[in-house]
Amino acid sequence: MRTICVYRAGPDVSFPEPDLSLHLQARKLACERDGRWLFGALDLEIQGGDILRVEGANGSGKTTLLKILSAQSLDYQGTLLWRGEPLRRVRRDFLSHLLYIGHASALKPALSALENLAWHAALAGQPSGDAERLAALSRLGLSGFEDLPVGQLSAGQQRRIALARLVLVRRRLWMLDEPFSALDRDGIQVLEALLSSHVRQGGSVVLTTHQPLHVEVPVRRLRLGEEGMDVTT
Amino acid sequence: MSRPERDGAAGPTPARALRGMMRRDLLLLSRHPGAWLNPLAFFALVITLFPIGISPSASLLSDLAPGLLWVAALLATLLSLDGLFRDDAEDGSLEQLLLSPQPLPLLILGRVAIHWASTGLPLALMAPLLGVMLSLPAESYLLLMVALALGSATLGLIGAIGAALTIGVARGGIILPLLVLPLYVPVLIFGSGALQAAIGGGNAAPHLAVLGALLALALMLAPWATAAALRISLNG
Repeated sequence: MRTICVYRAGPDVSFPEPDLSLHLQARKLACERDGRWLFGALDLEIQGGDILRVEGANGSGKTTLLKILSAQSLDYQGTLLWRGEPLRRVRRDFLSHLLYIGHASALKPALSALENLAWHAALAGQPSGDAERLAALSRLGLSGFEDLPVGQLSAGQQRRIALARLVLVRRRLWMLDEPFSALDRDGIQVLEALLSSHVRQGGSVVLTTHQPLHVEVPVRRLRLGEEGMDVTT
Repeated sequence: MSRPERDGAAGPTPARALRGMMRRDLLLLSRHPGAWLNPLAFFALVITLFPIGISPSASLLSDLAPGLLWVAALLATLLSLDGLFRDDAEDGSLEQLLLSPQPLPLLILGRVAIHWASTGLPLALMAPLLGVMLSLPAESYLLLMVALALGSATLGLIGAIGAALTIGVARGGIILPLLVLPLYVPVLIFGSGALQAAIGGGNAAPHLAVLGALLALALMLAPWATAAALRISLNG
Protein backbone atom coordinates (compact mmCIF):
# COMPACT_ATOMS: atom_id res chain seq x y z
CA MET A 1 0.00 0.00 0.00
CA ARG A 2 1.32 3.36 -0.96
CA THR A 3 1.15 5.77 1.90
CA ILE A 4 1.49 9.47 1.59
CA CYS A 5 2.22 10.94 4.92
CA VAL A 6 4.75 13.66 4.37
CA TYR A 7 3.06 15.90 6.90
CA ARG A 8 2.65 13.33 9.60
CA ALA A 9 5.37 13.37 12.21
CA GLY A 10 6.70 10.19 13.75
CA PRO A 11 8.21 7.10 12.21
CA ASP A 12 5.20 4.82 11.83
CA VAL A 13 1.98 6.67 11.43
CA SER A 14 0.44 5.28 8.25
CA PHE A 15 -3.11 3.99 8.41
CA PRO A 16 -3.81 0.27 8.11
CA GLU A 17 -5.20 -1.17 4.89
CA PRO A 18 -8.75 -0.06 4.06
CA ASP A 19 -11.05 -2.26 6.04
CA LEU A 20 -14.50 -2.38 7.47
CA SER A 21 -13.39 -0.77 10.70
CA LEU A 22 -14.65 2.51 9.32
CA HIS A 23 -18.28 2.11 8.45
CA LEU A 24 -21.05 4.52 9.29
CA GLN A 25 -24.46 3.76 7.96
CA ALA A 26 -27.69 5.74 8.06
CA ARG A 27 -31.01 4.09 7.32
CA LYS A 28 -34.21 6.02 6.71
CA LEU A 29 -32.80 9.01 8.47
CA ALA A 30 -35.38 11.76 8.90
CA CYS A 31 -35.26 15.03 10.70
CA GLU A 32 -37.89 17.63 11.35
CA ARG A 33 -37.25 21.12 12.64
CA ASP A 34 -40.01 23.58 13.45
CA GLY A 35 -42.66 21.63 11.56
CA ARG A 36 -40.53 21.33 8.41
CA TRP A 37 -38.88 18.16 7.18
CA LEU A 38 -35.22 18.92 6.49
CA PHE A 39 -34.83 15.45 5.08
CA GLY A 40 -36.77 12.23 5.21
CA ALA A 41 -35.85 8.62 4.49
CA LEU A 42 -32.21 9.40 3.87
CA ASP A 43 -29.99 6.39 3.26
CA LEU A 44 -26.26 6.92 3.54
CA GLU A 45 -23.13 4.89 3.82
CA ILE A 46 -19.69 6.18 4.69
CA GLN A 47 -16.68 3.91 4.45
CA GLY A 48 -12.95 4.23 4.35
CA GLY A 49 -11.88 6.14 1.25
CA ASP A 50 -15.09 8.13 0.88
CA ILE A 51 -15.60 11.85 0.56
CA LEU A 52 -19.20 12.83 1.01
CA ARG A 53 -20.01 16.40 0.20
CA VAL A 54 -23.28 17.71 1.62
CA GLU A 55 -24.73 20.55 -0.40
CA GLY A 56 -27.79 22.68 -0.13
CA ALA A 57 -29.02 26.19 0.31
CA ASN A 58 -28.66 28.04 3.59
CA GLY A 59 -31.02 26.53 6.11
CA SER A 60 -31.41 23.27 4.22
CA GLY A 61 -30.10 21.26 7.17
CA LYS A 62 -26.45 20.63 6.36
CA THR A 63 -25.18 21.41 9.83
CA THR A 64 -28.09 19.54 11.38
CA LEU A 65 -27.20 16.46 9.36
CA LEU A 66 -23.56 16.71 10.43
CA LYS A 67 -24.57 17.03 14.06
CA ILE A 68 -26.73 13.94 13.76
CA LEU A 69 -24.05 11.94 11.96
CA SER A 70 -21.48 12.95 14.58
CA ALA A 71 -23.69 11.63 17.40
CA GLN A 72 -24.16 15.08 18.89
CA SER A 73 -27.85 15.47 18.23
CA LEU A 74 -30.32 12.74 19.11
CA ASP A 75 -33.27 14.57 17.63
CA TYR A 76 -33.89 12.41 14.55
CA GLN A 77 -35.78 9.39 13.32
CA GLY A 78 -34.26 6.37 11.68
CA THR A 79 -31.21 4.28 12.43
CA LEU A 80 -27.53 5.09 12.60
CA LEU A 81 -25.12 2.19 12.63
CA TRP A 82 -21.42 2.30 13.39
CA ARG A 83 -19.64 -0.91 12.38
CA GLY A 84 -23.03 -2.56 12.26
CA GLU A 85 -24.06 -1.60 15.78
CA PRO A 86 -26.47 1.13 16.82
CA LEU A 87 -24.49 4.33 17.18
CA ARG A 88 -25.93 5.21 20.57
CA ARG A 89 -24.56 2.03 22.05
CA VAL A 90 -21.04 2.34 20.63
CA ARG A 91 -20.76 6.10 20.94
CA ARG A 92 -17.44 6.08 22.81
CA ASP A 93 -15.80 3.89 20.16
CA PHE A 94 -17.27 6.01 17.38
CA LEU A 95 -16.04 9.25 18.94
CA SER A 96 -12.54 7.85 19.26
CA HIS A 97 -12.42 7.71 15.44
CA LEU A 98 -14.09 11.02 14.75
CA LEU A 99 -12.62 14.45 14.23
CA TYR A 100 -15.30 17.10 14.00
CA ILE A 101 -14.59 20.73 13.17
CA GLY A 102 -17.63 22.94 13.34
CA HIS A 103 -18.40 26.57 12.56
CA ALA A 104 -16.91 27.72 15.85
CA SER A 105 -13.15 27.43 15.96
CA ALA A 106 -12.96 26.03 19.53
CA LEU A 107 -9.88 28.17 20.12
CA LYS A 108 -9.24 30.33 23.16
CA PRO A 109 -8.24 33.86 22.09
CA ALA A 110 -5.99 34.31 25.10
CA LEU A 111 -3.92 31.21 24.40
CA SER A 112 -1.34 30.71 21.70
CA ALA A 113 -1.79 28.35 18.77
CA LEU A 114 0.51 25.81 20.39
CA GLU A 115 -1.38 25.92 23.68
CA ASN A 116 -4.71 25.56 21.94
CA LEU A 117 -3.51 22.58 19.94
CA ALA A 118 -2.04 20.98 23.06
CA TRP A 119 -5.49 21.02 24.62
CA HIS A 120 -7.10 19.52 21.54
CA ALA A 121 -4.56 16.71 21.36
CA ALA A 122 -4.94 16.01 25.08
CA LEU A 123 -8.70 15.95 24.74
CA ALA A 124 -8.31 13.35 22.03
CA GLY A 125 -6.19 11.39 24.49
CA GLN A 126 -3.24 11.62 22.19
CA PRO A 127 0.29 12.42 23.30
CA SER A 128 1.77 15.31 21.38
CA GLY A 129 5.06 17.09 21.61
CA ASP A 130 5.92 20.61 20.61
CA ALA A 131 7.61 19.28 17.49
CA GLU A 132 4.42 17.61 16.31
CA ARG A 133 2.37 20.71 16.98
CA LEU A 134 4.87 22.92 15.19
CA ALA A 135 4.85 20.54 12.22
CA ALA A 136 1.06 20.67 12.10
CA LEU A 137 1.07 24.47 12.17
CA SER A 138 3.74 24.76 9.51
CA ARG A 139 1.78 22.38 7.28
CA LEU A 140 -1.03 24.92 7.46
CA GLY A 141 1.40 27.73 6.69
CA LEU A 142 1.45 29.24 10.15
CA SER A 143 5.13 29.11 10.98
CA GLY A 144 6.03 32.16 12.99
CA PHE A 145 2.59 32.56 14.56
CA GLU A 146 2.88 29.72 17.06
CA ASP A 147 3.30 31.81 20.18
CA LEU A 148 0.98 34.72 19.53
CA PRO A 149 -2.35 34.81 21.32
CA VAL A 150 -4.88 33.45 18.85
CA GLY A 151 -7.11 36.47 19.45
CA GLN A 152 -4.55 38.65 17.68
CA LEU A 153 -4.67 36.61 14.49
CA SER A 154 -7.02 37.07 11.55
CA ALA A 155 -10.12 34.96 10.99
CA GLY A 156 -8.38 33.02 8.23
CA GLN A 157 -5.37 32.31 10.40
CA GLN A 158 -7.63 31.14 13.22
CA ARG A 159 -9.39 28.83 10.80
CA ARG A 160 -5.99 27.43 9.81
CA ILE A 161 -5.14 26.73 13.44
CA ALA A 162 -8.44 24.89 13.84
CA LEU A 163 -7.61 22.90 10.70
CA ALA A 164 -4.14 22.08 12.01
CA ARG A 165 -5.98 19.57 14.17
CA LEU A 166 -6.52 17.53 11.01
CA VAL A 167 -2.77 17.01 10.87
CA LEU A 168 -2.13 16.74 14.60
CA VAL A 169 -5.01 14.61 15.85
CA ARG A 170 -4.99 11.31 14.01
CA ARG A 171 -8.55 10.29 13.36
CA ARG A 172 -9.94 8.37 10.43
CA LEU A 173 -13.36 9.94 10.03
CA TRP A 174 -13.44 13.68 9.50
CA MET A 175 -16.61 15.74 9.66
CA LEU A 176 -16.02 19.30 8.59
CA ASP A 177 -18.68 21.98 8.64
CA GLU A 178 -17.77 24.72 6.15
CA PRO A 179 -14.03 24.12 6.49
CA PHE A 180 -13.20 26.52 3.66
CA SER A 181 -14.79 29.60 5.20
CA ALA A 182 -12.36 32.51 5.66
CA LEU A 183 -9.52 30.62 3.92
CA ASP A 184 -7.52 32.30 1.16
CA ARG A 185 -6.60 30.52 -2.07
CA ASP A 186 -3.43 29.09 -0.66
CA GLY A 187 -5.29 27.83 2.40
CA ILE A 188 -7.91 26.20 0.22
CA GLN A 189 -5.21 24.34 -1.71
CA VAL A 190 -3.58 23.12 1.48
CA LEU A 191 -6.90 21.84 2.80
CA GLU A 192 -7.73 20.14 -0.50
CA ALA A 193 -4.35 18.40 -0.41
CA LEU A 194 -5.03 17.27 3.14
CA LEU A 195 -8.42 15.90 2.14
CA SER A 196 -6.98 14.01 -0.83
CA SER A 197 -4.16 12.43 1.10
CA HIS A 198 -6.46 11.52 3.99
CA VAL A 199 -8.84 9.72 1.70
CA ARG A 200 -6.06 7.99 -0.21
CA GLN A 201 -4.86 6.58 3.10
CA GLY A 202 -8.22 5.02 3.73
CA GLY A 203 -9.74 7.75 5.84
CA SER A 204 -13.07 9.30 5.02
CA VAL A 205 -14.54 12.78 5.04
CA VAL A 206 -17.99 14.28 5.34
CA LEU A 207 -18.01 17.99 4.64
CA THR A 208 -20.30 20.84 3.81
CA THR A 209 -19.17 23.64 1.57
CA HIS A 210 -20.33 26.09 -1.05
CA GLN A 211 -16.89 26.15 -2.66
CA PRO A 212 -15.99 24.17 -5.75
CA LEU A 213 -13.95 21.26 -4.43
CA HIS A 214 -10.78 20.23 -6.29
CA VAL A 215 -9.55 16.93 -4.93
CA GLU A 216 -7.87 14.07 -6.71
CA VAL A 217 -10.34 11.49 -5.48
CA PRO A 218 -13.99 10.87 -6.40
CA VAL A 219 -16.45 12.89 -4.37
CA ARG A 220 -19.96 11.76 -3.61
CA ARG A 221 -22.49 14.56 -3.35
CA LEU A 222 -25.60 14.74 -1.29
CA ARG A 223 -28.00 17.55 -2.08
CA LEU A 224 -30.35 18.62 0.63
CA GLY A 225 -33.24 20.71 -0.51
CA GLU A 226 -36.93 20.95 -1.17
CA GLU A 227 -36.83 18.91 -4.35
CA GLY A 228 -35.79 15.84 -2.37
CA MET A 229 -32.54 14.13 -1.71
CA ASP A 230 -30.38 12.32 -4.12
CA VAL A 231 -26.90 10.97 -3.74
CA THR A 232 -24.72 11.08 -6.83
CA THR A 233 -21.13 10.20 -7.39
CA MET B 1 2.75 -1.91 8.60
CA SER B 2 -0.15 -0.86 10.65
CA ARG B 3 -0.19 1.60 13.44
CA PRO B 4 -1.82 0.41 16.65
CA GLU B 5 -5.09 2.25 17.05
CA ARG B 6 -3.97 4.56 19.79
CA ASP B 7 -6.99 6.84 19.59
CA GLY B 8 -9.50 4.59 21.25
CA ALA B 9 -7.16 2.46 23.28
CA ALA B 10 -7.72 2.16 26.99
CA GLY B 11 -4.95 3.17 29.31
CA PRO B 12 -3.81 6.51 30.55
CA THR B 13 -5.64 8.60 27.93
CA PRO B 14 -8.34 9.90 30.32
CA ALA B 15 -5.59 11.01 32.67
CA ARG B 16 -3.86 12.76 29.80
CA ALA B 17 -7.08 14.51 28.84
CA LEU B 18 -7.64 15.54 32.44
CA ARG B 19 -4.13 16.96 32.72
CA GLY B 20 -4.52 18.83 29.43
CA MET B 21 -7.84 20.22 30.56
CA MET B 22 -6.51 21.42 33.92
CA ARG B 23 -3.39 22.89 32.36
CA ARG B 24 -5.46 24.88 29.91
CA ASP B 25 -7.79 26.16 32.62
CA LEU B 26 -4.82 27.27 34.71
CA LEU B 27 -3.28 29.03 31.72
CA LEU B 28 -6.57 30.81 31.04
CA LEU B 29 -6.77 31.91 34.67
CA SER B 30 -3.26 33.31 34.49
CA ARG B 31 -4.14 35.25 31.31
CA HIS B 32 -7.46 36.52 32.75
CA PRO B 33 -6.74 37.28 36.41
CA GLY B 34 -10.11 39.04 36.65
CA ALA B 35 -11.88 35.70 36.54
CA TRP B 36 -10.57 34.75 39.97
CA LEU B 37 -9.78 38.16 41.45
CA ASN B 38 -13.31 39.55 41.01
CA PRO B 39 -15.06 37.14 43.40
CA LEU B 40 -12.32 37.74 45.97
CA ALA B 41 -12.67 41.50 45.68
CA PHE B 42 -16.44 41.14 45.93
CA PHE B 43 -16.09 39.04 49.08
CA ALA B 44 -13.78 41.57 50.71
CA LEU B 45 -15.92 44.57 49.73
CA VAL B 46 -19.16 43.09 51.02
CA ILE B 47 -17.62 42.14 54.36
CA THR B 48 -16.05 45.59 54.68
CA LEU B 49 -19.44 47.23 54.28
CA PHE B 50 -21.10 45.45 57.21
CA PRO B 51 -19.22 47.13 60.07
CA ILE B 52 -19.88 50.45 58.38
CA GLY B 53 -23.53 49.75 57.73
CA ILE B 54 -24.52 47.98 60.95
CA SER B 55 -22.42 49.05 63.86
CA PRO B 56 -18.77 48.89 64.85
CA SER B 57 -19.75 47.21 68.12
CA ALA B 58 -17.50 44.16 68.53
CA SER B 59 -20.03 42.01 70.38
CA LEU B 60 -22.79 42.58 67.83
CA LEU B 61 -20.49 41.96 64.87
CA SER B 62 -19.01 38.79 66.27
CA ASP B 63 -22.53 37.43 66.72
CA LEU B 64 -23.33 38.15 63.11
CA ALA B 65 -19.93 37.20 61.70
CA PRO B 66 -20.53 33.50 60.91
CA GLY B 67 -23.66 34.22 58.91
CA LEU B 68 -22.20 37.27 57.17
CA LEU B 69 -19.02 35.50 56.15
CA TRP B 70 -20.90 32.52 54.78
CA VAL B 71 -23.50 34.52 52.90
CA ALA B 72 -20.80 36.68 51.34
CA ALA B 73 -18.74 33.63 50.39
CA LEU B 74 -21.80 32.03 48.87
CA LEU B 75 -22.59 35.09 46.77
CA ALA B 76 -18.96 35.40 45.69
CA THR B 77 -19.07 31.78 44.51
CA LEU B 78 -22.28 32.46 42.60
CA LEU B 79 -20.62 35.42 40.92
CA SER B 80 -17.85 33.21 39.62
CA LEU B 81 -20.11 30.43 38.35
CA ASP B 82 -21.50 32.10 35.25
CA GLY B 83 -18.20 31.85 33.39
CA LEU B 84 -17.69 28.18 34.20
CA PHE B 85 -19.04 26.89 30.88
CA ARG B 86 -20.37 29.95 29.06
CA ASP B 87 -17.13 30.97 27.30
CA ASP B 88 -16.56 27.41 26.20
CA ALA B 89 -20.08 27.20 24.84
CA GLU B 90 -19.62 30.37 22.82
CA ASP B 91 -16.31 29.53 21.19
CA GLY B 92 -17.14 25.92 20.39
CA SER B 93 -14.80 24.35 22.97
CA LEU B 94 -17.74 22.82 24.76
CA GLU B 95 -18.84 21.07 21.57
CA GLN B 96 -15.36 19.56 21.33
CA LEU B 97 -15.49 18.58 25.00
CA LEU B 98 -18.70 16.63 24.42
CA LEU B 99 -17.20 15.03 21.30
CA SER B 100 -14.20 13.78 23.21
CA PRO B 101 -14.14 10.02 23.77
CA GLN B 102 -12.95 10.70 27.31
CA PRO B 103 -15.36 10.35 30.24
CA LEU B 104 -17.04 13.73 30.47
CA PRO B 105 -17.70 13.64 34.26
CA LEU B 106 -13.96 13.29 34.82
CA LEU B 107 -13.18 16.34 32.68
CA ILE B 108 -15.89 18.29 34.48
CA LEU B 109 -14.41 17.28 37.81
CA GLY B 110 -11.07 18.65 36.64
CA ARG B 111 -12.63 21.93 35.66
CA VAL B 112 -14.51 22.27 38.97
CA ALA B 113 -11.32 21.43 40.87
CA ILE B 114 -9.48 24.28 39.14
CA HIS B 115 -12.45 26.55 39.76
CA TRP B 116 -12.35 25.67 43.46
CA ALA B 117 -8.60 26.18 43.66
CA SER B 118 -9.01 29.62 42.11
CA THR B 119 -12.07 30.85 44.03
CA GLY B 120 -13.07 28.64 46.99
CA LEU B 121 -9.60 28.08 48.33
CA PRO B 122 -8.51 31.76 48.13
CA LEU B 123 -11.82 32.70 49.76
CA ALA B 124 -11.10 30.33 52.63
CA LEU B 125 -7.55 31.63 52.99
CA MET B 126 -8.69 35.23 52.96
CA ALA B 127 -11.57 34.75 55.39
CA PRO B 128 -9.57 35.15 58.67
CA LEU B 129 -8.45 38.58 57.47
CA LEU B 130 -12.06 39.61 57.12
CA GLY B 131 -12.87 37.82 60.37
CA VAL B 132 -10.64 40.36 62.10
CA MET B 133 -12.81 43.10 60.68
CA LEU B 134 -15.91 41.42 62.14
CA SER B 135 -14.15 40.86 65.50
CA LEU B 136 -14.36 37.12 65.17
CA PRO B 137 -12.51 35.37 68.04
CA ALA B 138 -9.03 34.36 66.89
CA GLU B 139 -9.48 30.72 68.03
CA SER B 140 -12.08 30.13 65.36
CA TYR B 141 -9.93 31.19 62.35
CA LEU B 142 -8.64 27.73 61.58
CA LEU B 143 -12.13 26.30 61.80
CA LEU B 144 -13.43 29.07 59.55
CA MET B 145 -10.85 28.23 56.92
CA VAL B 146 -11.49 24.49 57.04
CA ALA B 147 -15.27 24.92 56.94
CA LEU B 148 -15.10 27.38 54.04
CA ALA B 149 -12.69 25.19 52.09
CA LEU B 150 -14.97 22.17 52.51
CA GLY B 151 -18.16 24.09 51.90
CA SER B 152 -16.97 26.05 48.87
CA ALA B 153 -15.99 22.83 47.12
CA THR B 154 -19.56 21.62 47.54
CA LEU B 155 -20.86 24.99 46.34
CA GLY B 156 -18.70 24.75 43.21
CA LEU B 157 -19.85 21.23 42.41
CA ILE B 158 -23.54 22.08 42.84
CA GLY B 159 -23.08 25.36 41.01
CA ALA B 160 -21.58 23.56 38.02
CA ILE B 161 -24.92 21.79 37.48
CA GLY B 162 -26.72 25.11 37.45
CA ALA B 163 -24.11 26.73 35.22
CA ALA B 164 -24.42 23.85 32.77
CA LEU B 165 -28.20 24.09 32.69
CA THR B 166 -28.24 27.85 32.08
CA ILE B 167 -25.75 28.02 29.19
CA GLY B 168 -28.52 28.26 26.67
CA VAL B 169 -30.38 30.97 28.56
CA ALA B 170 -29.51 34.33 27.08
CA ARG B 171 -29.61 36.13 30.40
CA GLY B 172 -28.68 33.38 32.79
CA GLY B 173 -27.76 35.98 35.41
CA ILE B 174 -30.85 35.61 37.57
CA ILE B 175 -31.91 32.07 36.66
CA LEU B 176 -28.69 30.58 37.94
CA PRO B 177 -29.06 31.89 41.54
CA LEU B 178 -32.71 30.86 41.56
CA LEU B 179 -31.74 27.32 40.58
CA VAL B 180 -28.73 26.98 42.79
CA LEU B 181 -29.42 28.93 45.98
CA PRO B 182 -31.97 26.50 47.43
CA LEU B 183 -29.37 23.75 47.09
CA TYR B 184 -26.83 25.93 48.87
CA VAL B 185 -28.95 26.22 52.01
CA PRO B 186 -27.66 23.04 53.74
CA VAL B 187 -24.07 24.15 53.24
CA LEU B 188 -24.93 27.57 54.62
CA ILE B 189 -26.66 26.11 57.69
CA PHE B 190 -23.89 23.70 58.64
CA GLY B 191 -21.09 26.05 57.65
CA SER B 192 -22.23 28.92 59.82
CA GLY B 193 -23.40 26.39 62.42
CA ALA B 194 -19.84 25.12 62.80
CA LEU B 195 -18.58 28.63 63.40
CA GLN B 196 -21.35 29.50 65.85
CA ALA B 197 -20.71 26.34 67.79
CA ALA B 198 -17.02 27.20 68.04
CA ILE B 199 -17.73 30.75 69.20
CA GLY B 200 -20.28 29.56 71.73
CA GLY B 201 -17.82 27.05 73.16
CA GLY B 202 -19.66 24.05 71.70
CA ASN B 203 -18.41 21.22 69.53
CA ALA B 204 -17.98 22.08 65.86
CA ALA B 205 -17.01 18.58 64.78
CA PRO B 206 -20.53 17.35 63.93
CA HIS B 207 -21.07 20.35 61.66
CA LEU B 208 -17.79 19.74 59.91
CA ALA B 209 -18.69 16.08 59.51
CA VAL B 210 -21.94 17.03 57.80
CA LEU B 211 -20.08 19.47 55.55
CA GLY B 212 -17.72 16.64 54.63
CA ALA B 213 -20.63 14.32 53.95
CA LEU B 214 -22.27 16.92 51.73
CA LEU B 215 -19.01 17.27 49.81
CA ALA B 216 -18.72 13.50 49.37
CA LEU B 217 -22.28 13.35 48.09
CA ALA B 218 -21.71 16.24 45.69
CA LEU B 219 -18.46 14.66 44.45
CA MET B 220 -20.30 11.48 43.61
CA LEU B 221 -23.34 12.95 41.94
CA ALA B 222 -22.58 16.43 40.61
CA PRO B 223 -20.12 15.53 37.81
CA TRP B 224 -22.64 13.14 36.26
CA ALA B 225 -25.50 15.57 36.64
CA THR B 226 -23.37 18.33 35.11
CA ALA B 227 -22.42 16.10 32.18
CA ALA B 228 -26.08 15.34 31.51
CA ALA B 229 -26.99 19.01 31.86
CA LEU B 230 -24.30 20.01 29.35
CA ARG B 231 -25.58 17.54 26.80
CA ILE B 232 -29.13 18.78 27.27
CA SER B 233 -28.15 22.44 27.02
CA LEU B 234 -26.06 22.03 23.91
CA ASN B 235 -28.25 19.74 21.87
CA GLY B 236 -31.74 20.29 23.13
